[in-house]
Parts: sequence; C-alpha cells; structure tokens
Amino acid sequence: MTDPFLQIEHVRKSFGPTTVVEDFNLDVGRGEFVSFLGPSGCGKTTVLRMVAGFEEPSSGRIVIGGKDVTHLKPNQRNIGMVFQAYALFPNLTVAQNVAFGLKVAGVPKPETERRVAEMLNLIKLPEFGGRYPYQLSGGQQQRVALARALAPKPKLLLLDEPLSALDAKVRVSLRDEIRSIQKELGITTIFVTHDQEEALSISDRIVVMYGGKAEQVGTPFEIYNRPATKFVANFVGTLNVLEGVVSDAASGKVRIDSQELSLKGKLNGSKAGDRLSLALRPETIALGPKPGHDASLQGQIADVHFLGSVIRVRVGLGGGVVSLDTFNNSSTPPPTVGERAEISFSSNDLLVLH
Amino acid sequence: MKRAIAWTAFLLGSLIFILPLVGMTEFSLSMRRGVYSFDAYASVLADPQFRETFTYSVVMALFTIVFGVLLVVPTAYWVRLKMPALRPVVEFITLMPLVIPAIVIVFGYIRLYNTSSWLPLTGTAMGTNVLLMFGYTALALPYMYRAVDTGLRAIDIATLTEAAQSLGAGWTTIFAKVILPNVFVAVLSGAFLTFAIVIGEFTLAALLNRPAFGPYLQLVGANKAYEPSALAVISFGITWLCMGLIQIVARLAPKPPAQSH
Amino acid sequence: MSQATSLSRRLPTQWLGVVPFFLFALLFLILPALSIVIGAFRGPDGGFTLANIVGLNTPTIRNAYWVSIYVSFWSALLGCAIGFAMAAATVLGGLPRFIRSPLLTFSGVASNFAGLPLAFAFIATVGPAGLITVWLRTEFGINLRAATGFNLFSTTGLIATYLFFQVPLMILIITPALDALRREWREAAEILGATGAQYWRMVAFPILLPSLLGTFALLFANSFGAVATAFALAGPQLNIAPILLFSQIRGDVLGSPGLGYALAFGMIVITGLANALYLWLRARTERWQK
Repeated sequence: MTDPFLQIEHVRKSFGPTTVVEDFNLDVGRGEFVSFLGPSGCGKTTVLRMVAGFEEPSSGRIVIGGKDVTHLKPNQRNIGMVFQAYALFPNLTVAQNVAFGLKVAGVPKPETERRVAEMLNLIKLPEFGGRYPYQLSGGQQQRVALARALAPKPKLLLLDEPLSALDAKVRVSLRDEIRSIQKELGITTIFVTHDQEEALSISDRIVVMYGGKAEQVGTPFEIYNRPATKFVANFVGTLNVLEGVVSDAASGKVRIDSQELSLKGKLNGSKAGDRLSLALRPETIALGPKPGHDASLQGQIADVHFLGSVIRVRVGLGGGVVSLDTFNNSSTPPPTVGERAEISFSSNDLLVLH
Repeated sequence: MKRAIAWTAFLLGSLIFILPLVGMTEFSLSMRRGVYSFDAYASVLADPQFRETFTYSVVMALFTIVFGVLLVVPTAYWVRLKMPALRPVVEFITLMPLVIPAIVIVFGYIRLYNTSSWLPLTGTAMGTNVLLMFGYTALALPYMYRAVDTGLRAIDIATLTEAAQSLGAGWTTIFAKVILPNVFVAVLSGAFLTFAIVIGEFTLAALLNRPAFGPYLQLVGANKAYEPSALAVISFGITWLCMGLIQIVARLAPKPPAQSH
Repeated sequence: MSQATSLSRRLPTQWLGVVPFFLFALLFLILPALSIVIGAFRGPDGGFTLANIVGLNTPTIRNAYWVSIYVSFWSALLGCAIGFAMAAATVLGGLPRFIRSPLLTFSGVASNFAGLPLAFAFIATVGPAGLITVWLRTEFGINLRAATGFNLFSTTGLIATYLFFQVPLMILIITPALDALRREWREAAEILGATGAQYWRMVAFPILLPSLLGTFALLFANSFGAVATAFALAGPQLNIAPILLFSQIRGDVLGSPGLGYALAFGMIVITGLANALYLWLRARTERWQK
C-alpha cells in the first residue's frame, strides 16, 4: 500500500497468562473501510480497543497518519467511535450528545450549533435535537451515536459491532446508511462484526480473525471465493465440507466414502493416503448434470426446505450430507425425500482445504 | 496512583467502623482490673431484668413479624396482580415511616388512643402491647414491603395464580400453597430485618412505658460502666446474626428464569 | 364458576384485597400524623389558633430545631461524602473484587446498628474513659478533648456517632447506582476528547445526582428523628428537637400540650420539606428518565 493511514505493526496483547492477540499486522489505506470479522473471543474487539487507546498493546506499534499513538490516551487520538449499544449519554439531549466532543474541545458555541445541525441532517434526524436518548428507537440511537462520533471531524472512525443490538430490518438499512455516510466523508473506518453477511456487504477489505490471529486479509470477493484456511471457509458463508482420502496423487484421484473423484491439478503436494477436506458452496452444486460441471457424486435426498425463490436441498452421500440451492421453478416440482439423486459441480469451484 | 487513592479512601472510611467496634469490645472485657474477663457479660446475663426485657422484645418482634407478613404479603400480591394503578399510592404510604420520625408517630398514638379516646388502647397493658406491635409494624413497613415486593417481582405471579386457578384452587389455597412458598425467602429477609429493628427499639417502648429491651439498655447505660459495652457487643452480634441469616436465605432464593436474548 | 357470578364477584373482592392495608395505614400512620397537625392548630378551648405555632418562637425551641438541623445536615452530608468515597473506591477504584461482598454485608449490619448500643460503642471508644481517649492520654499525653475540642457529648460527637450508620446506608444505596454507570459512557466521553474530570462533571455526576439527592434526604430524615443515640450520649439535657419532644411527651416540660403538638408538627414540616426539596430537585435532574 502506498499511503497507509493506519498501521498496526506486530501488535500483541496478553492479559496475564492468556494471549488474546498475537502478532497482528495491518495497513489501512486513507478512506478505506476495513472489517474485522470473527467469532466472539477472537481478539477483534481487543485490536479495535488498542487502536482506540482503551487497551495498551503488550508489544508492537500503532501509527495513525504517520504519528505513533501506541502510548497516547484515548482523548488525545482524535478518533471517532460507535459502541455496540446504549453508549449515548442518557442525561443529555440528542443535540447535547452530538455537541459533546465539540464542547470539550472548546469549540465556540455558534460553530458547535452549526456543526450539530449539519450532523443531524447527515443522519436524517434534523428534528430530534431536543429529545433524550430514551425517546429514540435503537436504530435512531445508533445514528445519533454515529453523528456524535463524527461531529469533531475525527481522522479515523471505529465501529464496534454497532448493529448487533438492532433488529434485522433496521440492521440492513443502517448498514447501508453507514456505508454511504462513510463514502461521502471519505473517512478511514474500521468495523468490527461477527456477522459475515454484514462484513461482506459493507467492506473494502475484510480481516478474518480467529484465536487472536488474522487468518486472512482480503476483499470480500477473495474471502468468499478463495478462503485461505479451513476456518475462513467455514466461517464465511455456508459451506459443505467433504472428508476425502487421496488414493492416487499423480492422477488426482480422491476417495470420498465409496466414491471416487478426479481432481487433476488441485492436489499439489499431496501423496496417496493423505486426508483432505473438500469444500463446496451450496450455490455451486447442481442437482443432476449441468453443462460445465465435470464432477459428480451419487446420493439420496435427505431434506427439502422450501425458502421461496430458492429451494435448499440436503443430499446424503454415504457418510456426509451436502446442502445445495436450486432456484424455484414453478414448472418443476421439488425433489422428494428418499429419492436417489446425483449432484454435480465444477472441480474449479472445489476448495481443497489442508 | 488511582488505586492508592482508592485504598486510602477505603481504609480511612473503615476506621469509622473499626474503632468503635474495637473500643466497645475491649471495654466490655475490661471490668476486672488489669486482665481481660467476661465479668461484664456474666453480670448482664445474671440480671433477671435483662432476661425479662429481652424475652419481651423477642416476643414483640415475633408478633410484629407475623402481623407484618399477614398485612404486607397479601397487599403486595394483590396490588401487583389486580391493582397496579394503586402501586404508587401504596409505595408512598410504605415510605412514610422514613419521613415522619418515629417519635412523632408515637406522639400521635398517645393522643389518639389514650384512656379517654374512642379506642382506649393504652388503657390496659395488653392494649398497649398491641399498639406497640402496630407501631413496630409501621416502622418496619418500608423494609418489609420492599423485600416482599422485590420477591414478587422475581416470580411470575400472574401465571402462577392462573395456573392454580385453572386447577380449581381457591384464594386461600393459592395464597398459602402457591404465593407464600415462592416469596418465602423474601419474607424471611423482611422478617430478620424487622427483628433487628424491633429488638433494640427505644423510643416507642419508652414512651408507651413497656418493659422492652430498649428502655432497659437505656437504664443500664445511665447506671453502669462496663455492662453497656457488653450489651452493645451482644446487640451487634444479634444484628450480625439477622443480616447473616438474610444473606444465607437470599442464597437459597429461587432465581428468576434466565432471559434468552 | 359461571361467567356471570365471576363478574359480579370481581368488583367488590378487588377492593377488599387492599382494605386491611389501607385501614392499618389510616389508623397507625396517617391519623396519628394528622392528629398532631390538628393538635398544633387547636387552642385549649378546642378552636383554631396559630398561638401554638407562634409559641415555637422561643430561644430554647428555636435553638433545638437549629441544632437538630445542623446535626442532621452535617451527618447526612459527611455520610454521603464518605460513603460515596468508599463505594467509588470499591466499584471504580480498582480495589480487589473480594472486598465488595463483605463491605456490602457489613454495611447492611452497620446501617441497622443504631440506637443505644451504638452510643455505648462510641462512649467506650472516644468517651471520657474510652479506649482511644485513654490510649492518647497514656501513650502521648494528649488530652483528646483539650487538644482537638472533640467532645462526644456535644453536637460534634453526635455527628461522628451518626456517621456509623449514615455511611453504610449511603454505601448500600449508591453502590448499585455506581454499578449502573456503563463503561461505554466513560469510554465514549474519553474517545470524544474528554478528561476524567469532564466526564464526571458532564456525565457521571448528573446521572448520579438523583440518587445522591435521594440518599441525602433519607439520611437527613434518618438522623433528624433519631432519639435513642442522642439520649444515651447526652441524656435529656441535650437540646435537640426530638429530645425536647421526648421530654415534652414524658412530662410536658413546655407547659403547654398545644406547644408539644406544634413542636412535633414542626419536625414533620422539616423532614417533609427536605423530601419535597428532594422530589423537586429530582424532577429537575431526571427529565431524561422514563
């Protein structure tokens, strides 16, 4: 990256004997939107809190805009932050909440008022300045929290699971709103979430974290389609994993239960007898043969879920079960449970996880 | 730095408690010159007046607890279940004893229920005992009501009541077999607190001229040197016991079902 | 049971359920208080009069009220301050977790340890022959009373003694309020550039203010009506309102029953005013609550 705005270098954090973040490295470009994605306890929030200054790294360096801030207090970093929920000051009105950062910075009153009005317009709540937080819905509160974080014109915006306490519908609309405001202001943003759909839809890049380490850093497209590790493949999107054993490395033959697949050129470095995990996204699998699909397996329909536009079918393959999605077609009735079935896919879509 | 200030504040504040407790204990053991002894305690325990007044106060406390429970539990239950609109009024009334000093309340009793009034409770010893019990119930009302109301909040009384009704239970059965066992722990906390309040109470008993433990303490305090400290240690022990028992029964309390998110 | 009978039974039983409570409250709380109020405005002939209230304006009674307010005010204020410091040290100051539970249990005990035994404990400690008094005299040759002006049997001594139950009461009430301060509020303030002092002034203190005011009013009333401790410390001579009233009930020392009622009425007015002030302030500070 030519002009990294935020640099996290070899950052490590341990609380007593337990290490929660191990050697974390990341460069974030100016104006970039980066998500930290992972299950709870993976260290994503700890990294965010170290960037904010609430935790001090055990070792390593954090640089913002060329300035080493590793040991600076949070109130000297000029960062905006939105918390999970209920972080608005309950004793202050919406306008006073938004003005808080300006007030402590000693911004003159007329300018503060102008800026508050501008922020309330930005979050589309211009009439709400006089209300108290308890009078707002959860989604409105989080928008105010965003306005409050942005009012002092921070150089960096941190979002700590800001949507997780909201209900599904509000979550999607606020997610889009956050992204459009972020683009409009061009502010460098880090977004922490455990929801892969959220991360995929909103980010320029995603850092998938597990066990205190970054498993993979990449664009949503890369993360979804080319997961680097088994964890990433499993965590992001739905995935069918088939356990196989290499029967002939040279010709690319892999045995799955009693069936054999030919995967030429995908088994580099494996030898006969190696165990492999083969992963397939549900949308890459078809029922029956399909043009371009060069591999197939035999099985039996185990389950049929009608989801509206899509039908999710689960097919038993001896030892394992795979899920696949077919589009609902009004002229073709869905398969029935117990029927024998063949599934097909392109070996290019098969992910080999070592 | 922050922790050092915290420790300093904590330890300095603790002196307010520790010093008097050490002082009274040391003093209570110092009746015999030069050596520590339990002479003061022996002297107290040998005093027949101690036993009489203490027994009187224990009995008063027990009656107060029974009456308080019978008064508060049905009311709190009924208000929660059927008349939630009355809650602010009932709560206001239960808090009144915290605002109106006990001495004013008992002054009112003497004026209202004297020998020449329409209800001459103070005319007989038994009548005065009953009046004293009512007074103690009033003093304990804020604590008793809050304990029971908190206990009721922890269980879903509406569902419990409906379930019992659907099985054909009448109000007496519902109350005795369903509600009371479920708030038993809360009632016990209120009971121990009531006991702690009643046992050493002075003002009401003194002004109604009843031979209670409180006035006896005052008498000893005015006339003896070491015995008051022994009595203070004993009283402190009783208070500890009551609060300790509250803690123990609180641990046995039914926990409200965990909310799933 | 048929629908009709269940309906016809519902209305009366609904009110019947609260009758015992209201009857009790009427007979043993409301009417007694009311009878004092009425007595305060009734002359010896039974007619309405303001003479009793006017009669309160004597040096003795004025002084009794004044000393009572003084003692209650300072014991409540110091109780709030010390209790707050201890609770804040425990909740926010990073003291080890294991201190908390014993502190709260102990506070429950100490806040209920009042009356005569408490006075005895203080006499045994800082009274003329008390542990500390004697220790200071024999070890350092310091006369506590002469050196510091501290006299247990004065208002200062009364305030110090009341702290024994005022401080733990404050701890019991304010600890949950401190727990309710969310970590996010502090962090949000910090990241917005606020210093610790700014956070306290603009966020934490305003949020705690209703609890602080409420506890202050409670502590004030608590010590204002306390008779036993003061009686045991200083005897009937100490001129504070509740002791004066005590003597009046026992032996009509004021020489006029009506004046006694007026004295008691004045006490209700003062604790009532303290609470009204509290309610008014709370309404002003609590606009942001549901």
